[in-house]
Amino acid sequence: MNDNKPCRQELMNRINAASFAVDDVKLFLDTHPCDKDAMEYFEKYQEMRKCALHEYAKYYSPLTIDTVRTDSCENWSWIDEPWPWQEGGC
Amino acid sequence: MWNYEKRLQYPVKISQTNPQMAQVIISQFGGPDGELSASMRYLSQRYTMPYKEVTGILTDIGTEELAHMEMICAIVYQLTRNLTVEQLKESGFDKYYVDHTLALWPQSAGGIPWSATTFQSKGDPITDLHEDMAAEQKARTTYDNILRLVKDPEVADPIRFLREREIVHYQRFGESLRIVQDRLDSKNFYAFNPEFDNRRSGKCCD
Repeated sequence: MNDNKPCRQELMNRINAASFAVDDVKLFLDTHPCDKDAMEYFEKYQEMRKCALHEYAKYYSPLTIDTVRTDSCENWSWIDEPWPWQEGGC
Repeated sequence: MWNYEKRLQYPVKISQTNPQMAQVIISQFGGPDGELSASMRYLSQRYTMPYKEVTGILTDIGTEELAHMEMICAIVYQLTRNLTVEQLKESGFDKYYVDHTLALWPQSAGGIPWSATTFQSKGDPITDLHEDMAAEQKARTTYDNILRLVKDPEVADPIRFLREREIVHYQRFGESLRIVQDRLDSKNFYAFNPEFDNRRSGKCCD
């Protein structure tokens, strides 16, 4: 199980990159709502982002309220990890 | 409504404190062309915007500006971590410190408190979108000015990211203005205000 644990920084980079792609194409789609290529691009990165966020919550900590897990932890994990501006934060 | 995501839009990891630099960069938090003003401008303007594409862009850019405000605050916070009294005095940060200690408070580099008078929500899409495009350029100039002062690559890197986003937002607002004008009277864009004069809504499916 532990052998498959993804590297924290690498996973974080994947989340940041996929999320940025989503953020950017989202604005493009607002002003180009009929662009099929942009919609495909959106779908691809949205999926990548979703998977990476779930993986991060599974192995490290939740970054969104939708990926908070209460089954595997004793504590409320949302406040456990450093906040993004703090040392060790995302 | 909004949901918080526990990460920055682009990472900020600064190892060297620099209170002097923090005092300059804080302007993009609470200064006239800062991220707080940007977010409040777009999120205020969107309610009466009659075109769904433009309401979308105001909502999504207004939301992204909140994430930029968080990045700026993270930069200022990390540049002023664990300062000693000597460092405070030497850097001139003592004037900020006396009122706010090391907490974040929205002000300009010159110490002027953040104010809603830094933006307009005029209720006319041509007027508001021109303001929005100008705001993105003003913020871009501010980042250019900051980049001339910054030597530390750990600070310059996230500032460059933010500067780049101003250019993308300017582009999207320009497209929004075109969308609005395409739906107005081509002989006279000012014949009616689609946010007020209901006789011709100019909505997309008319």
